[in-house]
Amino acid sequence: MQIFTCPFCGPRNETEFHFAGELGKIRPATAEKITAQEWASYLYTQRNEKGRVQEVWMHLTCSELFVMERDSVSMQVLDTRSLREDAQ
Amino acid sequence: MTRYSVFNLLREGLRGHTGWGKAWRSPAPKPVYDAVIIGGGGHGLATAYYLAKNHGLTNVAVLEKGWLGGGNTGRNTTVIRSNYFYPESAALYDLSVRLYENLSRDLNYNVMFSQRGMIVTAHSEPEMEMAARQVNAMRLNGVDAELLDRDQVRKRAPLLNFRADMRAPIHGGVLQPRAGTGRHDAVAWGYARAADALGVDIIQNCEVQDLIVEAGRCVGVHTSQGDIRAGVVGATVAGHSSVIAKMGRYELPITSYALQAFVSEPLKPVLDTVVLCPPFGTYVSQSDKGGLVIGGGLDRIPSYGQRGNLPVQEAVLAGLVEMMPALASVKLLRHWAGIVDVTPDSSPILGPSGLDGLFLNCGWGTGGFKAIPAGGYLFAHILATGTHHEISRPFDRSRFVTGHLIDEGAASGIAH
Repeated sequence: MQIFTCPFCGPRNETEFHFAGELGKIRPATAEKITAQEWASYLYTQRNEKGRVQEVWMHLTCSELFVMERDSVSMQVLDTRSLREDAQ
Repeated sequence: MTRYSVFNLLREGLRGHTGWGKAWRSPAPKPVYDAVIIGGGGHGLATAYYLAKNHGLTNVAVLEKGWLGGGNTGRNTTVIRSNYFYPESAALYDLSVRLYENLSRDLNYNVMFSQRGMIVTAHSEPEMEMAARQVNAMRLNGVDAELLDRDQVRKRAPLLNFRADMRAPIHGGVLQPRAGTGRHDAVAWGYARAADALGVDIIQNCEVQDLIVEAGRCVGVHTSQGDIRAGVVGATVAGHSSVIAKMGRYELPITSYALQAFVSEPLKPVLDTVVLCPPFGTYVSQSDKGGLVIGGGLDRIPSYGQRGNLPVQEAVLAGLVEMMPALASVKLLRHWAGIVDVTPDSSPILGPSGLDGLFLNCGWGTGGFKAIPAGGYLFAHILATGTHHEISRPFDRSRFVTGHLIDEGAASGIAH
């Protein structure tokens, strides 16, 4: 059993958390003309990196989204921080 | 290569089994090949075999960073089936089952394909209607299927939970009689031995570290054993497809997840078919050695670590106990995880990668083992001719741009 640290609630059991997606995926602005290729990239392409990854996770009990940095091979959690902190 | 036959078995038995020889050579890599295949698992080895057998291309190398079949080929639950919904999938996976049916003879290697049937149970009246729809779809696609009622399921798998107070009572199920299990290592070894006999170089402990790209075309690979140039390169690396994609700078709609499986201590025969109970997400068969081979859903966290986690273990094993309460006291012997390459529509990707000279056979997700013969057969066609086979064409990666997805995740209820 792994312990993840929610930036708001502190260390909790891994079963309280949900993987939401890779960090930094930006939805194309629909006001612009968007090609099928661009939509496909946005909808489907994953970086799916081996090693250090940055992801968005949700702590289900407090419903807050946050950034988790972890190693996708060892599963070690390297850092967790709020999305707000990341935006600054 | 010594042919495996009753005659040779008798002869070797009389002289202390000293004359069998190696099943395949271990050559040093040549500087140039007509085709280089990255990844010595089932799909890579099958591709090499069919390149040599069907297309006469024998100047071929299979590069494996570890040992043959050490990835997902040796980490699955050995189930072989073609109980899919869409015609495109039925054509693909039933080609695989048909090739498996003759594979032991074709390769002169016993892959122990046992067509013991597979039952997917239904647990309510609406689920029985969906089961009937599934049976009809499979039959229209030319695949064998039977709709079973509760008593017929009970007759075939009496170990299942038929108690009146069961949370999800069994109403019936879908049977594919031609489905079954195979010996996973034997599939890798059989293809390796047969490909080697046709002249293919199988090079283990040879890790591809980068691609050689000249004028926008992939013309070879940098490896831990030096540079190897190739007329065409094929990648059959399953969970590591995105790692090769990064080298080739093309995009892939793939997420790598760990998929766990379990084997129990050996038991006397208790189950002579494969059973999947969708409400619990658990499926089980019994191996020839007596161990129950148990599988479940994915760990829903992207991962390259070839090991599982406790919450999913608990869910899978709780499901097993609900399915077959008599197994509650059975001990586990081993458990492992493989890294599977999952696409948004749960269907594979075959064909051009986006980088000229490099082709893909990936995205099989949780179902790569059963597809090994078809994946190799079709990928050999693609590498040899540079164009799609009619069966592989719908699985081109362009479907994610055109929107022609083959969504088996939704259609046949694959648990991912």
